[in-house]
Amino acid sequence: MGELVSQETAGSVGDVPERGEPVEMLLNMGPQHPSTHGVFRLVLWVDGEKVIRAEPHIGYLHRGSEKLCEGEQYHQIITLFDRLDYVANFNNELVYCQAVEKLMGLVVPERAEYVRVILCELNRIASHLLFVATMGLDAGAMTPSMFCFRGRERVQTLFEAVSGARMMHNYFRIGGIKEDLPDNFEQLVADLLPLLREDVGESDRLLTFNEIFLARLKDVGVISTEDALDFGLTGPCLRACGIEYDVRKAEPYSIYDRFDFDIPVGLDGDCWDRHYVRVQEMYESLRIIEQALDQMPSGDVASSLGRRLIRPPEGEVYARAENPRGEIGVYLVSDGTDKPHRVKVRPPSFCNLSAIEHMLKDSWIADVVVILGSLDIVLGEVDR
Amino acid sequence: MNCVLAEDNILHGTPLLRWVYELAGLFLPCWLSYFIAGFVIMFILVNAVLLGAAVFVWTERRLVGRLQNRVGPNRWGPFGMFQPIADLLKLIVKEDLIPQGADKIAFVAAPIIMVATAILMLAVVPFAKNTALADLNVGVLYVLAVTSLTSVAILMAGWSSNNRYALFGAARGVAVLISYEVPVVLCLLGVVIVAGSMSLADVVTAQAVPFILVQPLAMFVFVAGTSAELNRTPFDVAEAESELIAGYHIEYSGIKFGLIQAAEFGGVVTASAVIATLFLSGWAGPASNYIGWLWLLIKIGVVAFLFIWIRATFPRLRIDQIMAFAWKFLMPLSFINLMAVSLEVYFLRDSSGALTTTDLWIMTVINLVVFAVCIPLFGSLIRDKVRPAQLQPTARATPGATVQQAGGEVT
Amino acid sequence: MLEDYFRQYGLIAIFIAIAVIVPTSMLTISWLASRIGIRPTNPTPVKQETYECGMEAIGGRWGQFNFRYYMYAVLFVVFDVEVIFLYPWAAKFLGLPLFALIEMFVFVGILLVAWAYAWRKGDLEWA
Repeated sequence: MGELVSQETAGSVGDVPERGEPVEMLLNMGPQHPSTHGVFRLVLWVDGEKVIRAEPHIGYLHRGSEKLCEGEQYHQIITLFDRLDYVANFNNELVYCQAVEKLMGLVVPERAEYVRVILCELNRIASHLLFVATMGLDAGAMTPSMFCFRGRERVQTLFEAVSGARMMHNYFRIGGIKEDLPDNFEQLVADLLPLLREDVGESDRLLTFNEIFLARLKDVGVISTEDALDFGLTGPCLRACGIEYDVRKAEPYSIYDRFDFDIPVGLDGDCWDRHYVRVQEMYESLRIIEQALDQMPSGDVASSLGRRLIRPPEGEVYARAENPRGEIGVYLVSDGTDKPHRVKVRPPSFCNLSAIEHMLKDSWIADVVVILGSLDIVLGEVDR
Repeated sequence: MNCVLAEDNILHGTPLLRWVYELAGLFLPCWLSYFIAGFVIMFILVNAVLLGAAVFVWTERRLVGRLQNRVGPNRWGPFGMFQPIADLLKLIVKEDLIPQGADKIAFVAAPIIMVATAILMLAVVPFAKNTALADLNVGVLYVLAVTSLTSVAILMAGWSSNNRYALFGAARGVAVLISYEVPVVLCLLGVVIVAGSMSLADVVTAQAVPFILVQPLAMFVFVAGTSAELNRTPFDVAEAESELIAGYHIEYSGIKFGLIQAAEFGGVVTASAVIATLFLSGWAGPASNYIGWLWLLIKIGVVAFLFIWIRATFPRLRIDQIMAFAWKFLMPLSFINLMAVSLEVYFLRDSSGALTTTDLWIMTVINLVVFAVCIPLFGSLIRDKVRPAQLQPTARATPGATVQQAGGEVT
Repeated sequence: MLEDYFRQYGLIAIFIAIAVIVPTSMLTISWLASRIGIRPTNPTPVKQETYECGMEAIGGRWGQFNFRYYMYAVLFVVFDVEVIFLYPWAAKFLGLPLFALIEMFVFVGILLVAWAYAWRKGDLEWA
């Protein structure tokens, strides 16, 4: 804080700026701000309505998750991963479980893989629905958010039926899943899909091609393909720049190589493309779920490990997966005990957020929230 | 002494007021009893604004709830109807803070001015035949003048709060208000030309065909301008909650906040009344001699519904887009409306200078064509920033070495 | 007739007074409620801080701020005042001859030139 005060000299009364010279004013946005998507703080130097410079401050939600992992047994860490990206819990659980499975060379039962994929894709839809909702709210439209939350609610009801929790499921296990699905799971999903398609379509029709929405988002927060790669953007933020990179295709994990789906790609790398890529991804996820439901075998889902304590062999492993927000990576070092020596997460939100300073330069104050919203950050994952 | 109203007096058409006037005139001087009759109208008007605000808040919340697949307030009273009253009670007994370093006088005065403006707007609106508080011969100008007072109040509220967000809200609010004032003033010229008078009562009588049909351009500009001046979506940048949290009233709490909200929603009601009077022929309708007020209420409801509907549908524009909308889109439209109407009136009027209903219908046809041509034409002028969407769902970019760079790294 | 004219404005004047009194009385009611203990008043320095998104306010009071709408203000004054001149003309246009129509077109033409000039100079852009 002290250094900020010393930098804020242009705002003092007395020195009259020359005509045409920018008058800097410091505007503090966050941590308690309705559209910073959590406790994120941005210090903006503004000249009238234009942002000259932006400085992000993070760490308000720092819980030391990575360090906490070192003190927990392998099975207990799943709950910590639930709380990283608290909007897409299943995806987080999946990538951790895959890391440990890779380390131990475990084979996951066929049916469990399908269950995981279905739940992950449903969670991707739920997460993207939340994105569309907040994107609309950031741009000032109230109604799409309600439609999206209705869809998200339906997905969460299904999650509750499956895992007993609406969020923070703690349902995947190393080498399988916790328990088999409810008997009518196929029926539940089959009933859900048309409703979900309707929810996605409804908010899509209301928002995506709205003239004002286009005016607010098109050509705003543009990031070039080179810059996007340099900043390490992944996920929809990168695909909006025109690069067809999706871990599900580039390095298929789990059983994603068995499904036929497309990767939506944007052209301009602006906020609207980031929005539209996510909308299209929801339709693709629906396609994946439909195929997975058709192919789903019967059989066992539980891990071959049972409830035994795990002591993976010494070594290190890196697993990655495509989360709704981008590529998540887990680097895990085992020293042969029942607790990992080191767990390092490459959180997509954090890497995507690193570009914010670059993107906010010379934008409007009103665009700040839109650009921030289009990155779709989850502070639990940024701060860890 | 006995006071008897002249036939052309404004109070004459309303039995209740005439009765009050004549009863009071039995033992009071005539001018005093005139004012007493006036007080009755004032009582009605003040209550109309404040109750109207309450009813509008409830309607908006229920209706927006319905449009958004929600329920809306439903706890207190039938369908949650008493919710605004509960809100008011809560706000009155809530601690009322004045922030440190605030300019106390301006801080307190701002909400008072806002409410006063909202109430004052109704003074010249005729709510039944021959019934208005005052039938000013400059009624239209009065409405415009009172509307602009809001900008002063917004600037006072924003500046006195000693808060940067409030300052931004105030700056935006004032810029929007003064920018939309110009097209609104211009477009009302067409109404005045056809009515041949600035008195709102005469404007209503002149609407053998409602002006929404005769001058659709003017109606469009006026509704857009009014919703900007009321800080309604899509022009609500002054209190954009996602950017400026609450804008100019960010530091207000307790009853002062309540007053600002009442002024805002009451403002919608009064603005709807003005729009209904100017463009939807006000109290005129079947059996309007008896239920003119009902017709006005219905029309206010229609306009207010339009405002709610717009709010539930549209995102918010950015400040520069709003400015461009006012100066580059609404301005030419209102100029065209003015010229078209004056030319039509010049060629259609008869030798005594009167317009028949047939003339109005001819104007309707011409102006609807002008409307249909001008909106897309000038709309394309300000759309240069928006490129047509060209994203294909599965447009294939060439994955190459760059893709390898993107993945596989640990931070 | 003149008397009627003054009566109208007299009513408006009283109405203005009432329109100010009504909100003031609501403030007074709230203040009275605090006197009899229904409404709490115990301000603390933390409560009275301005809302700066959860942080302490940085910088002094009313730092310099670039409003950036002088041009709009100037244009507003120009157009609004000139358009107001058109109102008497508009109110009486039904009975005016061709000359009045031409004069109005000239007048509006001048306004349009000014408006086009301002657009051309880029003063209609929010900078």
